[in-house]
Amino acid sequence: MKSSSGRRLAAVAATASLALLTAACGGGGFDNGGSSSSAPTTEKGPVALKMLIASSGDAETNAVKAATAAWAKTSGNTVDVQVAQDIKQQLGQAFAGGTPPDIFYTDAARFPDYAKAGALYAYGDQVTKPDDFYPALKSTFTYDNKFYCAPKDFSTIALQINNKAWKAAGLTDGDIPTTWDQLHAVAKKLTTGKQTGLAIGDTRDRIDAFMVQAGGGLTSKDGATITATAPENVQALEFVKSMLADGSAKFPKELDAGWAGEAFGKGIAAMAMEGNWIKGSQKNDYPDVDYQVAELPAGPKGKGTLLFTQCWGIAAKSTHQAASVDLVNSLTAVDQQLAAATAYGVMPSRTSAKAQYEQKFPEDKAFVAGGEYGVGPVNKPGFDSVLADLDTGLQGLKTGDPKAILASFQKNAEAALK
Amino acid sequence: MSNIDTTVPTTVAPWRPRGSGGSGKGIRAGEGRAGWLFVSPMVIVLGVFLLVPIIMAIWVSTLEWNGQGSPFAGGAKFVGLHNYQSLLVTDGLARKDFMLSLRNTFYYVMFVVPLQTALALFLAVVVNQRYLKGRSFFRTAFYFPSVTSSVAITIVFLFLFQNSGAINKLLSFVGIKGPQWFADPRGLFQVAADKLGLVDIASPPVGLTGNGVLGLTWWDWISGPSVALMAVVFLVVWTTAGTFMLMFLAALQDIPVEVEEAALLDGVGAWQKFRYVTLPQLRPVLFLVLTLGLIGTWQVFDQVYLLGGGNPAKTTLTPAYLSYRTGFNDFNYGNGAAIAFMLFIIITALTLLQRYVLRDKDAIAEKRGRRAQLRGAGAR
Repeated sequence: MKSSSGRRLAAVAATASLALLTAACGGGGFDNGGSSSSAPTTEKGPVALKMLIASSGDAETNAVKAATAAWAKTSGNTVDVQVAQDIKQQLGQAFAGGTPPDIFYTDAARFPDYAKAGALYAYGDQVTKPDDFYPALKSTFTYDNKFYCAPKDFSTIALQINNKAWKAAGLTDGDIPTTWDQLHAVAKKLTTGKQTGLAIGDTRDRIDAFMVQAGGGLTSKDGATITATAPENVQALEFVKSMLADGSAKFPKELDAGWAGEAFGKGIAAMAMEGNWIKGSQKNDYPDVDYQVAELPAGPKGKGTLLFTQCWGIAAKSTHQAASVDLVNSLTAVDQQLAAATAYGVMPSRTSAKAQYEQKFPEDKAFVAGGEYGVGPVNKPGFDSVLADLDTGLQGLKTGDPKAILASFQKNAEAALK
Repeated sequence: MSNIDTTVPTTVAPWRPRGSGGSGKGIRAGEGRAGWLFVSPMVIVLGVFLLVPIIMAIWVSTLEWNGQGSPFAGGAKFVGLHNYQSLLVTDGLARKDFMLSLRNTFYYVMFVVPLQTALALFLAVVVNQRYLKGRSFFRTAFYFPSVTSSVAITIVFLFLFQNSGAINKLLSFVGIKGPQWFADPRGLFQVAADKLGLVDIASPPVGLTGNGVLGLTWWDWISGPSVALMAVVFLVVWTTAGTFMLMFLAALQDIPVEVEEAALLDGVGAWQKFRYVTLPQLRPVLFLVLTLGLIGTWQVFDQVYLLGGGNPAKTTLTPAYLSYRTGFNDFNYGNGAAIAFMLFIIITALTLLQRYVLRDKDAIAEKRGRRAQLRGAGAR
């Protein structure tokens, strides 16, 4: 076996495998590049765009396909819309592989990581009427003072109330809570037998709203420093803890539900704190539940809610950036945003569409109102695991120490900022 | 212990007897070349898809690479062992998460490997009974979970272990109020100590929570598997026991009937027969099952992925999942690759340790004796 010819052959085999490997990697997989905010790349003639979306269902997929098809027809290009199973993972792999889709949904929470990595093409200066977007949304998609991508739409958190349970507890429209104490009081009243007063998601994406209402927040207003240990935040968590402790509020897992909307729809919870996506699930899964939506109650420092949004990301490595920007401008036009709102219940990101939207969907007033005072997610790269760790702390809030939870976040967040 | 020869007869004859022909002479000329030619497809496939990627991953684990540009063309900063340092030395979230994942998986392995091996052996012995009615039915039934997709099984278990699911319903019939399985982050040992009145789980002793090592308090280290992780343990034992049962069954059927009959003639009881006659002959298979179990359990991923990536309270976080999350979610591929290599080192070390513990002492002694004899003969 160890004869010289054998060794030679081994060398041949090794070389062959190396040659195969380099051939496999030579296909543009590992080329360097990825500049942002430069002149858009274009190609002559009609282009074929690839789009990756994270769809909430057939309604959204079909609406996006129809909107892109309309643009493709007038511009003479083609758009291939792909629905992602797990867009986080698929985009991560596509960026690493060097062949990302031209245009894709970019979640606000993922945006800073993509921007920092240089994966996004900053085309904010080429968007039509950029100041028409809600300021909070614009600043969400601004990294290093550069407005990167056009907000697609947005959602806010509001309070959903089951009318039947509300009446059964002897409450009237005048009792709709506008302060924390009132919220706690009605939640206690609504907690009877198998029914819990309030279902609230066990994540920062719900509980942070109380911090905003208390005048606090995980970061300072300009986002420069971490202010998690501020007394306002402690006060907010103490309040949520007091509701969890007496059972007037519960996390969905305790209610055997995947999320608060499910508990609300099944009637296990009389109130829920969810975003406007709850409309779709109520309509499809629990059409018989009669409910109304109110703004979140104000805290010690006034009203506050959380904003959720996505933008149309364009890849830094796309070779069709000019065409992609054109498509985005078509998709974020007022009429297209209203069409999307009708098709799958999202709120337009342009303030000029607000009046028409409110007229069309008067029941969404509470959600739309949140656009004025809502706060976007923490806009920092490398924060995903830090925020996930905060969620872990919040899951144990019922018995945990709010100060310790916030202190641990403060420590990790400061380390991640460096 | 036993006088029965436990060495497994090798069916593969030595490929080329030592000393037959020199290199490239006689009738066997070119055999080496032909041999390499025959194995070359496998060598190339393994090289391209296994060896080279592993080497590339080692290189990535020494970089600060965010997934943009090529890690092999200077697109990423070389940071040496910094990624390993942040996992093992630097006090921070990365180390805490890694240590949590190691703790979880350690307890997970401690429960899964013995349980699944014991269950598999038991099932194999049961379905090996010659007088059992409906043998093939039971064999199929026990093996069935192994051929079902782990994703499907995990989803089914999610339903079974719901707060008001089938498991808790069954427990309620016997008067036990079941826990909120997949939502319960309390450690099993903590709950047990609380039940025994040793500690109060709501306010654990300050001596344990006040200090610790490697980013976790002692209270966290000794928590045991969380209730949620125990549900995963049941799931995995149930699905994998069938596969290992098949291996034990094959080995059991290889044991010559004469040997057992001889043992019976010598007047052994059923338990003695199993312990001193059957079990020693299963040693190679036992090693195989334990090794495969060890590797599989340390690498557990899909169940964790489906259960929400470490929830509740990171008590189902595992190194394999953490590696994936660090790379593809946090764009910290260097750190992710470093976690993967730490896992590799742990698995290799444990397999070697287990190989040492399970070595065949009789065979070693025999070999030594034979060698001594030869040496003695040579000296004469």
